[in-house]
Amino acid sequence: MTRRESIDLSLLPDGGVRWLDASGPNADIVISTRLRLARNVVGYAFTARARDGERLRMLAQVREALAHVPTLDGSVLLRLDESSSLDRQLLHERHLVSKELAGLDAQHPLRTGAAVFLGEQVGVLVNEEDHLRLQAMRSGFDVPAAFAMASRMDRELGARVPFAFHKEFGYLTACPTNVGTGLRASVLIHLPGLVLTKEIGKVLAGLQQMGLTYRGLYGEGSEVVGNFFQLSNQTTLGRSEEELQDLLVRVVRHVIEREEEARRVLVRDAGYIIEDKLWRAYGTLRFARSLSFDEAMNFLSGVRLGVGLKLIPGLSVYTLNKLLIFAQSAHLSHSEGHVLTDSESNLARARYVRQVLAREGSGVE
Amino acid sequence: MLCDHCKERDAVVHLTRIVDNAVSQLHLCEKCAAEKGVETTIALPQHPLGEILQAVQQQAAPASSADAAVCSFCGATARDFRATGRLGCAHCYDAMETSLRELLRRLHGSSKHVGHRYDAPRPESLAEVDARTELRDKLQRAVDAEKFELAAELRDKLRVME
Repeated sequence: MTRRESIDLSLLPDGGVRWLDASGPNADIVISTRLRLARNVVGYAFTARARDGERLRMLAQVREALAHVPTLDGSVLLRLDESSSLDRQLLHERHLVSKELAGLDAQHPLRTGAAVFLGEQVGVLVNEEDHLRLQAMRSGFDVPAAFAMASRMDRELGARVPFAFHKEFGYLTACPTNVGTGLRASVLIHLPGLVLTKEIGKVLAGLQQMGLTYRGLYGEGSEVVGNFFQLSNQTTLGRSEEELQDLLVRVVRHVIEREEEARRVLVRDAGYIIEDKLWRAYGTLRFARSLSFDEAMNFLSGVRLGVGLKLIPGLSVYTLNKLLIFAQSAHLSHSEGHVLTDSESNLARARYVRQVLAREGSGVE
Repeated sequence: MLCDHCKERDAVVHLTRIVDNAVSQLHLCEKCAAEKGVETTIALPQHPLGEILQAVQQQAAPASSADAAVCSFCGATARDFRATGRLGCAHCYDAMETSLRELLRRLHGSSKHVGHRYDAPRPESLAEVDARTELRDKLQRAVDAEKFELAAELRDKLRVME
């Protein structure tokens, strides 16, 4: 594998974005489901305390073992510690690596040995907070498929690499909030109806009482933008993997129903106001000459709602998902061939969105 | 947020000053705050676990003896754990078992894993993997040092094993 060159995302088995294709259940409301299992390898200190050499040895051991893990056949190894900051940002924008692993977080500088193996809808993050984060991604709301995939990878790799497991506490992790199953299942969900009807506060408070938590678009520590929320289980210990999944599925199903109900209320009570607002969002995206990221996300949220309500015809959810990822700064810089300043990004973003909507947008006047 | 003074470290002390009815804000890192004589007697927990950790530690044992727990594998102490919210290695769970059990109960409502059980792979299959990993490391080092004869020899050995 060649290194120190710019990352060629076309080398990834599915470009790393198959989860965007809107083919999964409830794809208009739930963009994607991801499930990760936190694992540590016996014989090394956890990542933050390990020396550079230990982290590299652990990476070598895992690489060796992964050659015999069928779920990761054809996977690509990307060494983040040898990648440019733009490439690391790109992978993070694609939701393939965490901010911490990509060394983009002020509190967590890039570590020697930080790497990721990417396969088709699966990945193994190496030298994150835990030695290994096995993750599976699926389009739409599909927790069972994501779990089946992550769990198979876990069995295959765990048979070759000894994981730290305690008879009372389960799988051991660097942070006690992940110990036990090490399982975090999350859905990226779009809830504009609940935000507009101001029901969202109640729903989020209810979630927390049920043992779930919410975060922004990029997970831990990120802000909520464009009415996109990540909902996931809060606890990992004291419940089985199946119970944790059941809980998330039950609660998310309920949230989807509440969102659909809120959307019905909006159309019933404020039909033309909503319709006007959503078409204005579409109009701005279709013709604006400069768009900040937050602005684009908020207008995209409106258009997505318009498509969900069938008020804006002829536009696919896949196109909207694509815009969500490809209109981000590192992606724009990547396609323009150089690092863009904020204002250059805003111009490039507006140009990109205009082009996509002209090609794939609603033909309705 | 970076420290207003050194612009290098993260600001952890946030001061609101009112001088002649004008409000100004100052954000400083711990070091600059100390240099400027701003009192920060205890390092504030910088992670959400901090408060719970402190409460549990105080409950579990008097501060001095709880702080004395040291992991024999990685050398991490209970104090390190309290400062970072992260354990140093898997053995820390044994070294700090009692206070961790209480912490886990508070965090998860239980300290008992009821999910899948795991049996680590048999040592003989691991030894094989280890030997191959070691050979690969050696091979890489030989290539890096341009010792090509040695590299060829190691490569052949590796092929036989695979």
